[in-house]
Amino acid sequence: MTAAARVIPCLDVDAGRVVKGVNFVDIRDAGDPVELAALYDEQGADELVFLDITASSDQRDTIVDLARRTAEEVYIPFTIGGGIRTVEDARRLLRVGADKTAINTAAVRRPELVKEIATEFGSQCCVVSIDARRMDDADAPASGFEVFTHGGRTRTGIDAVVWAQEVVRLGAGEIMLTSMDRDGTRDGFDVELTATVSDAVDVPIIASGGVGTLEHLAEGVTEGRADAVLAASIFHFREHTVAEAKELMAARGVTVRPPQ
Amino acid sequence: MTAPRVAVLDYGIGNLRSAQKTLERAGADPVLTRDPDEVAAAAGVVLPGVGAFGRVMEAIRETRVDDIAHAAVASGTPFIGICVGMQALYESSEENPGVDGLGILPGTIRRLTSAETRIKVPQMQWNRLDLHGDSPLFANLPEDPWVYFVHSYAPEATDDVIATCEYGGTVTAAAARGNVMATQFHPEKSGRVGVQIITNFVELCRDPAWSERPERSAGESAAAAAAVQTPDPAWSERPERSAGESAAAAAVQTSDPAWSERPERSGKQ
Repeated sequence: MTAAARVIPCLDVDAGRVVKGVNFVDIRDAGDPVELAALYDEQGADELVFLDITASSDQRDTIVDLARRTAEEVYIPFTIGGGIRTVEDARRLLRVGADKTAINTAAVRRPELVKEIATEFGSQCCVVSIDARRMDDADAPASGFEVFTHGGRTRTGIDAVVWAQEVVRLGAGEIMLTSMDRDGTRDGFDVELTATVSDAVDVPIIASGGVGTLEHLAEGVTEGRADAVLAASIFHFREHTVAEAKELMAARGVTVRPPQ
Repeated sequence: MTAPRVAVLDYGIGNLRSAQKTLERAGADPVLTRDPDEVAAAAGVVLPGVGAFGRVMEAIRETRVDDIAHAAVASGTPFIGICVGMQALYESSEENPGVDGLGILPGTIRRLTSAETRIKVPQMQWNRLDLHGDSPLFANLPEDPWVYFVHSYAPEATDDVIATCEYGGTVTAAAARGNVMATQFHPEKSGRVGVQIITNFVELCRDPAWSERPERSAGESAAAAAAVQTPDPAWSERPERSAGESAAAAAVQTSDPAWSERPERSGKQ
């Protein structure tokens, strides 16, 4: 066995609470990210990602508290993304128990931040999140995949493949790659985007955006050549458990860690 | 049963909180410290570590944690290095040539490579352990235990290896020599399997003599596994411990041939 694909549930968190209607009946507080995290751990999730979408700056400390509580109750790795603009932002999260921090817009704005976080805490702590869209107009970059920021609203003119190579050069240990064309569609990953970036860099790629079925998760690995697959709604709405996802992936020939 | 005090060596680098929380869950009383007296009094010692080998060694030396680690190892106290904390126990690393490790375990740290298949470095994933021998650290694990790795380098194969994984080739996952243990993976991030490994370490802290018992070397792992489940609760109250006479413990860990005949041992056999 050389590589086992990771299955990563993703939770969007606003002021310390899970957003998007999460539909669990068998937990006490469906809005509590830590309870959900523990449930996914139980189901065999390999890692967890929390994306902090808190807009109001006076509630930003809620994410630090969330990281602290998660580290106390969950014994698998977890990543926190959203709102990290400085080494100090990253330090506060890592110090209380987060394993990795993911940066996106802040890295585009100031690429040196990637290097700073990687140098200070190691590449294994430094995930760069890339939101990409297919573009075919005159300004489109060579690969046809362009980096967007601010939740997919702002065009940067940067080629997603070139950017991936650049952040790896700066010290990123992993890339979380979201297709903004597919995000929210449930049509499956953009496996062409995933495979193109995966082939261009030597660090692990987390495929994200578009998962609607368990087959999509398997395709992210078999066709997208991703090292990990991230999904939100298919797990949150109780359509499928992580264990079911792994069973299907294993049936498609993907090596996964069996639930233990 | 009192929780054994376990010193987590704090030299200013790394996520110590996860190690601390897992030790608590495993029944230990962890303390983050680099106070020599506090470490000397502890029943077990953890050397964590993340980041580059050279940076970790620099921080270990600046904080005098090198002396503390050597003293703890010499005293016979159960000692475990985790991830780069494992790598620090060796003599050197390809990551930072010219930087000396602690030299507690023989060998060097090599970069992950693969001749046949393209592998991604770092290995950042769960992987299945292949266990070699019957180390007490791996008592009571499920068949085919999976653990979480994040690393670009690993110790070369030596006689001390007790577990490997396959990643473009065979990679050292854990090693042990006497009272010194080390894991390249992160038990504190390896779910239930990891908690069990740390629990086993805490059991050794309660009774470090366990792994030296004659029935262990005879390979009677069933008896040994049973012993791990029934640690001697009175052990930590014993005079040779409470007086802090680490020489007694050191004698246990080195090869005092008469040790197993001693009166205080016979009560446990």
